[in-house]
Amino acid sequence: MSDKKNTVFLIVQDNEDARPIIEAVEQDNSAVNIQYQPGLVRMEAPGRLIVNRETVEEEIGREWDVQELHLVLISLAGNVDEDEDKFELSWH
Amino acid sequence: MPAKKLNLRKRYELLTRGMGWETTYQKMDDVFPYDSFEGIKITDWDKWEDPFRLTMDAYWKFQAEKEKKLYAVIDSFAQNNGQTNLSDASYLSAIKLFITGVTPIEYAAHRGFANLGRHFRGDGARVACQMQAIDELRHQQTQVHTISHYNKHFNGLHDPFYQFDRVWYLSVPKSFAEDAMTAGPFEFITSISFAFEYVLTNLLFVPFMSGAAYNGDMATVTFGFSAQSDESRHMTLGLEIIKFMLEQHEDNLPIVQRWMDKHFWRAYRLLALVAAMQDYMLTNSPMSWKEAWDVYFVENGGALFEDLSRYGLRMPKYHELATAEAEHVSHQVWSVFCSLGNATGFHTFLPTEEKMAWLSEKYPDTFDKYYRPRFEYWAKQKEEGTFEYQKGLPQLCQICQIPMIFTEVQTDPMQISYRVTEHGGDKYHFCSDGCKDIFEHEPEKYVQAWLPVHQIFQGNCGGPTLPEVLEWYKFAPEDSGDYIGSQDHARWQEWKGADKKVKEA
Amino acid sequence: MSIEISAKSIQPVRLSYGNLKERFGDKKPASRYQEAVYDIQPTTNFQYRPLWDKDHELYDPSKTAIVMEDWYSFADPRQYYYGTYTITRSKQQEVAEHNFAFVDKRDLFDSVPEAVKQQVREILVPLRHVEWAANMNNCQITGESVGSNFSTLGMFNAMDRLGMAQYVTRIGLLIDGNEETAIDAAKEAWMEAPEWQGLRHAIEDMFVLDDWFELMIAQNFVLDGLIFPLLYDRFEKKITIEGGATVAMLTEFMDDWYKETVRWTNTLAKVTAKESEANQELLTTWVNKWADRLTSAMEPIAVKAFGSDGINQLAEVKEELLNRLTKNGVTGLKRS
Repeated sequence: MSDKKNTVFLIVQDNEDARPIIEAVEQDNSAVNIQYQPGLVRMEAPGRLIVNRETVEEEIGREWDVQELHLVLISLAGNVDEDEDKFELSWH
Repeated sequence: MPAKKLNLRKRYELLTRGMGWETTYQKMDDVFPYDSFEGIKITDWDKWEDPFRLTMDAYWKFQAEKEKKLYAVIDSFAQNNGQTNLSDASYLSAIKLFITGVTPIEYAAHRGFANLGRHFRGDGARVACQMQAIDELRHQQTQVHTISHYNKHFNGLHDPFYQFDRVWYLSVPKSFAEDAMTAGPFEFITSISFAFEYVLTNLLFVPFMSGAAYNGDMATVTFGFSAQSDESRHMTLGLEIIKFMLEQHEDNLPIVQRWMDKHFWRAYRLLALVAAMQDYMLTNSPMSWKEAWDVYFVENGGALFEDLSRYGLRMPKYHELATAEAEHVSHQVWSVFCSLGNATGFHTFLPTEEKMAWLSEKYPDTFDKYYRPRFEYWAKQKEEGTFEYQKGLPQLCQICQIPMIFTEVQTDPMQISYRVTEHGGDKYHFCSDGCKDIFEHEPEKYVQAWLPVHQIFQGNCGGPTLPEVLEWYKFAPEDSGDYIGSQDHARWQEWKGADKKVKEA
Repeated sequence: MSIEISAKSIQPVRLSYGNLKERFGDKKPASRYQEAVYDIQPTTNFQYRPLWDKDHELYDPSKTAIVMEDWYSFADPRQYYYGTYTITRSKQQEVAEHNFAFVDKRDLFDSVPEAVKQQVREILVPLRHVEWAANMNNCQITGESVGSNFSTLGMFNAMDRLGMAQYVTRIGLLIDGNEETAIDAAKEAWMEAPEWQGLRHAIEDMFVLDDWFELMIAQNFVLDGLIFPLLYDRFEKKITIEGGATVAMLTEFMDDWYKETVRWTNTLAKVTAKESEANQELLTTWVNKWADRLTSAMEPIAVKAFGSDGINQLAEVKEELLNRLTKNGVTGLKRS
């Protein structure tokens, strides 16, 4: 338990809409651990995890509103910082 | 002239904060009469950080999108008789417990948050609570719609809301919800948003919904995950309100800590029902209660409280006991349901050989030693036709209202944990120190409890005999008892038999 | 023909939930509206009294003087449950969004005469506070009401009002190139200008009403019944003639919204009045009280909006409202 004390996570549905988000998280968070479970995908990382709008837009080739993340979001842990360019989770 | 571009934060502030005003024809304390009696000191509501900056137009847009997807699945599930794709119809006991025990809490939360959405003095906090109030209504309604199809084909799902007000084991969720609703607004939000949603809700939804997927219940998976997308906003609100109270005034810390201790324990006890759902009622379980507890409470809860320790908040009292109990509770709760299976609105069934092998693997230190012998003994009795349901009614804990089934897991796991206290010349009984502490801090509140067993003895539940009580519950004879040999079971076999014939033809 | 055997064997054993079978029979499946809103709210065996209101139980029917044998006699004619509600509003917001984007992109406010813009700043933009209050009042109704049909109705209405407060704010921002000058001025007028004080005073008095059904009447029947026809309909028409059609594009949502709302207020008036003479008398008393109070509160605003014709315009709107309520069973209303 002690080595996982600062884990943040983001869980999304396992579907097509979530794929570019998962890809973007993989690209922008080197320490992320991605687990596929029935119906869902759990992405966890030590201390901090970020979803960048630009990276998702590169994945899908169109404009993407960060708030679209809410359509596939299942759960999260960490303090949320959301603006027009990113969605970030962190523990202080 | 080209319009200046506003960033999300500024735009959201203009679209919420500036619209309220300091009233002058009526005193602010009369307009907002309920947000100070609990002793929480707020010096500056403007310091409130909006957890999510969702304006109504965006809310309508995104939520409509989610609803369209959800109802497309619900419709196709009904048209294609999706219920025939379940792993087994016994799985539905979990859904029966869910709609009678969880869905009514969603409605209670809707009303509670509407109250806060009116009565918090801060504009930002009010709007956040309103969004949650309408989300909770969504969850109640989508759950009723999804489960409606199961109600058409199976027993035990026909009167969930009527039963919530009456049935002996449903007073566990009812008393939990009404405890929060009858408290002040800050305590309500600490209970629901923080203790329940942030700290514990992942234990309910994530493994349980994943379990639904694992058992072919695509309807439940869909509403579950769709609801969870709102839940993330709610959890963030929960964390925000805690930080806000703690940052506003140092005097708030002891109050918040006490609420945290109380509602953690309250919510945790409620989840004992979920533990049984997860380990026993799911035909195939993707994750044991113990594993889920380790991931979602020990690990994530640990990180959360580490983060909050900078405000002086510590882990909730008795969390070590809850972790120790994780090896036991699901077995204890399922045992009590099996022994009172003639008085439940869902079918009970003993774990199969396969299930017991899984339980032995997941609970190497406890299952074979303490619980397997009990289930094997009952199985033998059933085979010989000597099994009898427990006679007499169980004693309930005055706070959580669960029968006295929990044991002294840290010292002697075979010894029932039992606490008692006196108030106003009467004795009150508890399942744990956690529940006893809650009573002793507010005895005037908890002496009021509507305890189903007391009420039966007082003749308030249809009559003195079990059949009269069950009739008053609107439990039809075919709703209760063993799954094997039930109408649900017969129907399932008929479909599967017919299915087999189709395949052969 | 084994496929037929399979399909035949999957026949439902019941068509709806027990409460709906009791209410509507078991001949056909219940509608989604019925499933979503009927009999969800707890009605008995409450565990504890509220710490903040020891005189009442949770969901206590005695929180209003209106008495209904069955609070579910009222059904929303729009049949809104969450899904149909959000999908309908989502379509409307798409149109609104398109209109806002169009006005913004083409700088349409540049071609609106300054005199019209000034009227918008002075009459329309302060209404964001009125809508905000309506949001609070409908939240109050949601929290206090009896029956999940009422809390559902109240909740959707509350969120609509937040949405409309936000649309009005966006008009206030767009009219000045996203500078906050118009909304700051409107707030100052709301707090200080003599013509708004009667209305603000009445609204603050509504905040402290004890009876949620009286609040329902004051807010959703009377105040809305004056403001929407007067300002979102008649005033919009007036400024359209004066060159302000752009503004009408941005308030289309409100105009449509009110037309829709009238449907359920009519039904609610009818069902409540029909229940008993005592209810009917209460409705009459409340409508008279708030129509008097709010009409005089609106007079200076009507004059500001329409000049010397304002009093007459307001009187006509009030007359329409009273006629409509009379037609729906609220009799004995006072005509001035």
